[in-house]
Amino acid sequence: MLRSRPLGTSRDEWSDLASAPLMKPPPFDYEDPETLAGALELASRLDNHKLLAGGQSLMPMLNMRFVQPDHVIDLNRIAELAYIDDVDTVVRIGSMTRQHELLESDVIARRLPLMREALEQVGHVQTRNRGTIGGSLCHLDPAAELPCVLMACDGVVEAQSVRGTRRIAMRDFPAFYMTPAIEPDEIVTAIEVAPWAAGHGSAFLEFARRHGDFAQASVAVLIASSPDGAIERASLAVGGLATAPQRIAEAERMLAGSMPTAALVRAAAQACGDIEATDDAHAPAAYRRQLAVALTERALKLALVRSDAANGGLHEPNA
Amino acid sequence: MSRTRRIEVEVNGRSEAREIDVRLTLADFLRRELGLTGTHLGCEHGVCGACTVLVDGRAVRGCLMLAVQAAGRSVRTIEGLGDAEAPDGLGVLQAAFREHHGLQCGFCTPGILMTLTELLAKCPDATESDVRLALSGNLCRCTGYQTIVSAALEAARRLNGKLAS
Amino acid sequence: MRHTGPTFGKRVERVEDASLLTGRARFVDDIRIPGMLEAAYVRSPFPHALVRSIDVTQARALEGVHAVLTVADLRPALTQERIPLALSSKELSGLAQKSLRDDITPPVLALDEVCYVGEPVVLIVADSRYIAEDAIALVAIDYEPLEAVADITSALTAGGPRVHRDIDGNVLAEYVLSYGDYERATATAAHLFQLDLKQHRGCAHPLEGRGVLAMHDALEQRTTVWSSTQSPHEVRLTLVQLLGLDDEELHVVTPDVGGGFGAKYLTYPEEVSITIAARLLGRPVKWIEDRREHFLTAIQERDQLWQVEIALDAEARILGIKGEMMHDQGAYTPQGINVSYNSATAVPGPYKVPSYELRVRAVETNKVPTMPVRGAGYPQATFAMERLLDHAAREIGIDRAEIRRRNLIQTEEMPYTTPLKTRAGTPVKYDSGDFPLCQAMALDQIGYDGFEARRAEAARDGRLLGVGFANATKGTGRGPFETATVRVGRSGRVSVYTGAAAMGQSTATMLAQIVADQLGVEFGQVNVVAGDTRYTSMGHGGFASRQAVNAGSSAHEASVKVREKALLIASQLLEQPVDALELSGGRIWLKGQSNVSLGLGDLAREASGIPGYSLPKGIEPGLEHTANFMPKGLVYSNGCHAVEVEVDRATGAVRLERYVIVSDCGELINPMVVDGQVIGGAVHGIGNALFEWMGYDEMAQPITTTFAEYLLPTTTELPRIELTHVVHRSPLNPLGIKGVGEVGTIPAAAAIISAVEDALRPFGVRIDETPILPPRIVALVNASSTAAGASGPASS
Repeated sequence: MLRSRPLGTSRDEWSDLASAPLMKPPPFDYEDPETLAGALELASRLDNHKLLAGGQSLMPMLNMRFVQPDHVIDLNRIAELAYIDDVDTVVRIGSMTRQHELLESDVIARRLPLMREALEQVGHVQTRNRGTIGGSLCHLDPAAELPCVLMACDGVVEAQSVRGTRRIAMRDFPAFYMTPAIEPDEIVTAIEVAPWAAGHGSAFLEFARRHGDFAQASVAVLIASSPDGAIERASLAVGGLATAPQRIAEAERMLAGSMPTAALVRAAAQACGDIEATDDAHAPAAYRRQLAVALTERALKLALVRSDAANGGLHEPNA
Repeated sequence: MSRTRRIEVEVNGRSEAREIDVRLTLADFLRRELGLTGTHLGCEHGVCGACTVLVDGRAVRGCLMLAVQAAGRSVRTIEGLGDAEAPDGLGVLQAAFREHHGLQCGFCTPGILMTLTELLAKCPDATESDVRLALSGNLCRCTGYQTIVSAALEAARRLNGKLAS
Repeated sequence: MRHTGPTFGKRVERVEDASLLTGRARFVDDIRIPGMLEAAYVRSPFPHALVRSIDVTQARALEGVHAVLTVADLRPALTQERIPLALSSKELSGLAQKSLRDDITPPVLALDEVCYVGEPVVLIVADSRYIAEDAIALVAIDYEPLEAVADITSALTAGGPRVHRDIDGNVLAEYVLSYGDYERATATAAHLFQLDLKQHRGCAHPLEGRGVLAMHDALEQRTTVWSSTQSPHEVRLTLVQLLGLDDEELHVVTPDVGGGFGAKYLTYPEEVSITIAARLLGRPVKWIEDRREHFLTAIQERDQLWQVEIALDAEARILGIKGEMMHDQGAYTPQGINVSYNSATAVPGPYKVPSYELRVRAVETNKVPTMPVRGAGYPQATFAMERLLDHAAREIGIDRAEIRRRNLIQTEEMPYTTPLKTRAGTPVKYDSGDFPLCQAMALDQIGYDGFEARRAEAARDGRLLGVGFANATKGTGRGPFETATVRVGRSGRVSVYTGAAAMGQSTATMLAQIVADQLGVEFGQVNVVAGDTRYTSMGHGGFASRQAVNAGSSAHEASVKVREKALLIASQLLEQPVDALELSGGRIWLKGQSNVSLGLGDLAREASGIPGYSLPKGIEPGLEHTANFMPKGLVYSNGCHAVEVEVDRATGAVRLERYVIVSDCGELINPMVVDGQVIGGAVHGIGNALFEWMGYDEMAQPITTTFAEYLLPTTTELPRIELTHVVHRSPLNPLGIKGVGEVGTIPAAAAIISAVEDALRPFGVRIDETPILPPRIVALVNASSTAAGASGPASS
């Protein structure tokens, strides 16, 4: 998927791009290594290269020549980068795992229901059949669902280069608008998420103009409750508003340790009312904030109901 | 230089080998190199779905894959969808589209048929909501989608009947 | 299912479908000719600039590039630099107080000034589109940017920037349509209400963009142009004129066309420059419009600002309407002022309006030209009228249905002649229909009477429901004529040749059904050749929902004549009176004798004559006939749309819960096809109301140039549309039919906006614009809540 003014281009640059009727990729050299080691070697050696993952964002940008790499390094033949491992306290996902594989995975459904719910709203069947988790993460569209989920889950991104391996907290992963904090020679190889314990409640809600569009605002919520019904731990991430998904620490603080009431939920949601938000021709900042507040309130209620249901349905969150 | 490459691809059950530019998209490869012009290009930026083809049985946007990426894989296009034994060579899905007027200009139709082919293979008892969700990534400007949905549901009913019998 | 016997009025499967469903169809981009080259254009990145110099040397040097052409390179082949105006200038000068300039049409390639983003400046021809695009970056153009006019308001600002450097003032045309005495009407009026309305433009977006392939045959000295166009004959006439050719030197052929919706009903600069390039290079040249080019360069429609006033008497009967309308013409005028004129004549619609006065200004801006897109000015007029009625009903305090019932033209008043005249000068006369019935049926079906209970029920769950509806008429079947030749070959095969242009609306099936019914053949066996200037010398193609009415009536008349002729020949050969004969299964039979018959092929052979012998007595040569049905006036389709919506106050989301259409398009040739046209049209209108927004920034730079930014309606956002037909035959053609292509679009925005406004009634929100998008809904609600102060939503 693409957006109007890609990759932070200036208005003048964009105006040239917008009026050039380009729909066929520019010339580039193409490599499709079959091993990660091969890919890392190429990434360290080739200047002005682009890594081709699922291609659902890079390919439109290539077709429109918004990007003009000298080399395309295709990661699609590297089998070792596509897996979903459930290891004790961590679910580890290879960066080239496709979105449809995640959507169809029992591990994801069981351990990361938040991600499962978000995936249903990622693009369309044709884009999920190609799109990968690593690609979505590195494209880092502010409104993309998976970065928002990983932000809520405190995901860890693993990046490798011939120089070694780095683990980057999701929180530190966005550097700028649509730009991850990785070096040109690095390749994102895996994503790790520590699932919350069974019995937690989660909800992913977004507002998009049409099903499958990038969200104008999205909200990912995780709630863990104690046996007496009090909220033990809460995580709340909002996507689509600013240059990258953001955690709403104030709301999380309000929720943790409190008994869930309608007033509390509303107050927590109101914490989204003054967060950073961008303005554009499609949605003013104030509107995006209002969306975030409304979606947060709904998502919190939903997560609480689900958490309650998972714990035997003893509590009435809206009491 | 690696700006061209020789690839072998299975297309509609036939093995095809060509020396191609690496920047050629899969859709352009099918249309330009193989003459399979039933796969249409409606936007070339991955939104309209007109270029949808099946790669290893899964619906993908043909404008968002490079042809080199299809090397060694199996591709199915609208030209490979028919049933040679049936009237006018139409398979169950195609016949349902004709009966229900599921197409007007027919430009988006190949992509829609390929999307539905995957859906009906995976989910033979698809409901109206399943069909609408599956087709949310295919644009049609003529029909308003209503007859497309009816045709898809009719095809599902018939395919189910076949499975049952 | 194969049908035997007459098929008129039956849901028969289309003859077009088998090839479209199997990938065997042939759209223009599917044609490949040995030696063919491909083209791309360098287009203006500026909404307004001077072109100081163009350096193409680097681009020409790129391997695989065959030509890089500017207007200077095309000039020797041209009789004039601009595309001729595709409309009668006499009609225009008579109408417009300010007569139109002769330099308002687009140049074939940019001269020394570019006036909208996307205007073609340089044509590159290369081995492939890929290489042609590589060369674009190598063309160096020195532009001097000028101030641009982004919208109607700034165009009309005194002392503001000019759209064209040398033209003072940006008003292209100004005229007044009026009848009755509005001033006298206001003197007795019990109510006067004013509204300011803003209606925004959208795009046509057929899924296949434009495209043209030209090939010059040096041996035959003939150029063939395949174009994805709605008007092949007009394109041919224009090309022949511009290139100074004789008629037989150039032909235009439409292959399968992937939709038009208005965007393909004109000769574009690209059709000219590609044709010249093919003739210059001596090789076939193809250009396929990509989607971004469609956003930038295909005509758009609907930008209008309205300031209107309605006068009503104490019983809420309309006394008159007066106002001003400003129409955004874009940077060039390929076809005159047809859109604004249509809007101006369509305001009264199905209602009785005793006095009317509308001052219209067609205003130029530095944006892509506007021309008719499905609906052609009628949606805006309908929106204005229906908004006025809703507004009046609310202010007077009567029901929206009641105010319409009181003002609709009544059943017994049909046919009804309004004082207005169409562009062609004929009166706006509604030939048949029952407007109150359509409204009553639509309201009944949507459950209008029970709606308040549903609203209250939903409100208990905090949900906002609204209902809205709108009536519209559409003048269809515009003349002057359409040709159809029906010919029986010696094989007995029946062919129809027509100037109509097929673009997905089932033209072949429609004509085949009509002809087959007369000639007693299976309609699937009738061969239809549409939109090919080699076989039909004249034609007007597809616009104004006209082809079934005109080409269908011509085909009917021609096939009646062929039938009569076949019977006459058979009667001579069999030495039997005509009334002893009958035609069925492609043969003429002696009634009651199953062993005596003549095939149509045998009769065709007789009619074509035997060298040296006479034809049968009284028979003109050939078992064929050409008819040019000339309509006496427009035939008016009408419909009522009723819609129930739920609005999410927090997000501004509008969900269409139910959508009811009662439509009257006269007789239905093929109800399945008519359903498809009406429902497809309605979804286009739904797009215009809720999804489609063609954005430009304040400098006239387009900001929605992909399908990810400009949103077409998709399956998941639409309800199942409930469509009912009412049939009032048109008395103006032999088949009793009316056009169906646009009437589905026209009332949609008016009905939907009415419903959204109704859902927001607790907030007292008024919506006087289209489209209405979620952020705007939220802003309106917020503003109204703020205005209402701490007491919460205003009650109405």
